[in-house]
Amino acid sequence: MARVLMKGCEAIAEAAVRAGCRFFAGYPITPQNEIPEYLSRRLPEVGGIFVQGESEIASINMVYGAGQTGTRSLTSSSSTGVSLYSEGVSFCASARIPIVYVNVARGGPGIGAIQPSQQDYLQAAKASGNGGFQMLVFAPSTVQEAADMTYRAFDCADRDRNPVLILADGVIGTIMEPVELPPMKSEEEVAANKKSKRSWACVGHKLGREHRSWIEPGSFDTTNLQQRNEEAAKMYETWTPEWEAYQVDDAEVVLTGYGISARIAKAVVDELRLEGKKAGLIRPITVNPFPYEAYEHIDYSCCKGILDVEMAIPALMIHDVKAGVKERASIDTCLCSGGNIMRKKAVMDAAGKILER
Amino acid sequence: MERIYARTETLQQDKVSGFCPGCMHGTVIKLIGEVMEELEIVDKTVSVEGVGCCGLLMDYTDYDTTTAPHGRACAVATGLKRANPETIVYTYQGDGDLAAIGLGETMSAANRGENFTVIFVNNGIYGMTGGQLAPTTLVGMKAATAPKGRDPKEHGYPMHMCEILGQLKAPVYLERCSCNTPQNVIKTKKAIKKAFRNQIDGKGFSMVEIVTSCPTNWGMDPLGALDFLEEKMLVEFPLGVYRDRTKEV
Ligand SMILES: Cc1ncc(C[n+]2csc(CCOP(=O)(O)OP(=O)(O)O)c2C)c(N)n1
Ligand code: SF4
Ligand SMILES: [Mg+2]
Repeated sequence: MARVLMKGCEAIAEAAVRAGCRFFAGYPITPQNEIPEYLSRRLPEVGGIFVQGESEIASINMVYGAGQTGTRSLTSSSSTGVSLYSEGVSFCASARIPIVYVNVARGGPGIGAIQPSQQDYLQAAKASGNGGFQMLVFAPSTVQEAADMTYRAFDCADRDRNPVLILADGVIGTIMEPVELPPMKSEEEVAANKKSKRSWACVGHKLGREHRSWIEPGSFDTTNLQQRNEEAAKMYETWTPEWEAYQVDDAEVVLTGYGISARIAKAVVDELRLEGKKAGLIRPITVNPFPYEAYEHIDYSCCKGILDVEMAIPALMIHDVKAGVKERASIDTCLCSGGNIMRKKAVMDAAGKILER
Repeated sequence: MERIYARTETLQQDKVSGFCPGCMHGTVIKLIGEVMEELEIVDKTVSVEGVGCCGLLMDYTDYDTTTAPHGRACAVATGLKRANPETIVYTYQGDGDLAAIGLGETMSAANRGENFTVIFVNNGIYGMTGGQLAPTTLVGMKAATAPKGRDPKEHGYPMHMCEILGQLKAPVYLERCSCNTPQNVIKTKKAIKKAFRNQIDGKGFSMVEIVTSCPTNWGMDPLGALDFLEEKMLVEFPLGVYRDRTKEV
């Protein structure tokens, strides 16, 4: 398959179409406007629906509605807009409606900044809405990964009947890179996928409790709601965390970060290795479930310290890193925020300091 | 013997209504069911419940139903209908749901001329949560959060949704009805039927507003509530057709 040069947002949008996504609703916000703009052209070409919602609240609810028909459905936004998704995503989780959404994260809190940031880690990984539901959250660090994860996200969402989040950032969303796009699902495959959800889809059935579709995002019956939460909890347990371990085995300093920070950290590891310095990287690929096991592969007898690299102040992922490291090594941070992009030099210096110990 | 009346099969046959005495929700969902049967759309209809006493509908109906977050029924219906145009979609919403928290979704769906049907049950109060001030509460009418009654200086005036949506170009059909007398029940059924028919014919956005009573939260007995509805509510909310472009589109 030929590689094409594409912006991250466009690659995400095209990958979604190729995965069989046929409904998108979204509200404009920088830096993810290329996703809705691309899909407003592309979806009609494949018989799909594009709607510009009047708000993020309306958009997520349109996607909640479209998802209920069995149609693969997507929305995307950025940070402050994603906050407005909370209730709708929680309804999707409660009613077990598969949807995919993307956060091309920008500076925060509040309206923050339009530039890239990783301030939304806790919201994305821990509590994207009320009610304690969990989601698979993928964090791409290249345009290729953004496309691949989006493509896969639809399968995961359908398998679990649960929302899936792609946690990207303004760099991944706007950078142009060569990408090998995943294969286009045929119209037959797309139709078969929708049909496979016919039994629960809210599209009309014969009368009667044994036939009808009831989409219930809640219940007046406390026993019923507890049971449903227990079932969801069992489903969450089927997930396997994913991570990349790079040059970790003999590392004296282990850098850790996700998404764009990890990519910058990886470049630092390569540079340090060229200088003969033993550096490694642990990059969570799923930030939920978090790959705590990854930190078991560190040789703590030679590791002088961990460097948590995040485009967030205060450090947010660090709480998970601490839970993985279990006080077997000290953890330093290299942070930036406000829409500033992590500088390689800052990471080099921070890693260097640990190596001098 | 000829059977001239039967309970609509769209309602669960073993259920007894749990709506309060004198509540009109039961009448409205019965009318919707009868219309669905007459139009032969029972097995392809989906109701989108708002949150409020409207949300109790699912406990009585026997066809496909979904629940929207409070106020978002018109957005959920947009997604459902656009993604599966063969389905007949209607929303069932109260005044708090449709005209307060969901005003934006209602206006925008109407403005886009979405091809679904809105059944708006206006009882002038927040029923489910215990009688708080609604956007449709009458001036002077007491509410749990307006103990001295609605004061225009503080709360503004009741909102008239048929008139407001009537400012938009796209809606096809807007009518305000009531269920306070047998004649009005018949008129309401006709309006509901027309609103569904418009959707079947692909004509676009139709809304039937139904002025109803909430004896429980109005603090009245069912008959007193009927009087109040006729003497006060219908003065503030005149019945009639506010838009009918059915023949033009
Ligand atoms: C986001 C959100 N806010 C508040 C509520 C609480 N709530 C439930 S029903 C309701 C009022 C409903 O009033 P109305 O729409 O007039 O319906 P009625 O009960 O009168 O039929 C409110 C505020 C909720 N469920 N969700
Ligand atoms: S509280 Fe009011 S609207 Fe709700 S069921 Fe009772 S009478 Fe009907
Ligand atoms: Mg009400």
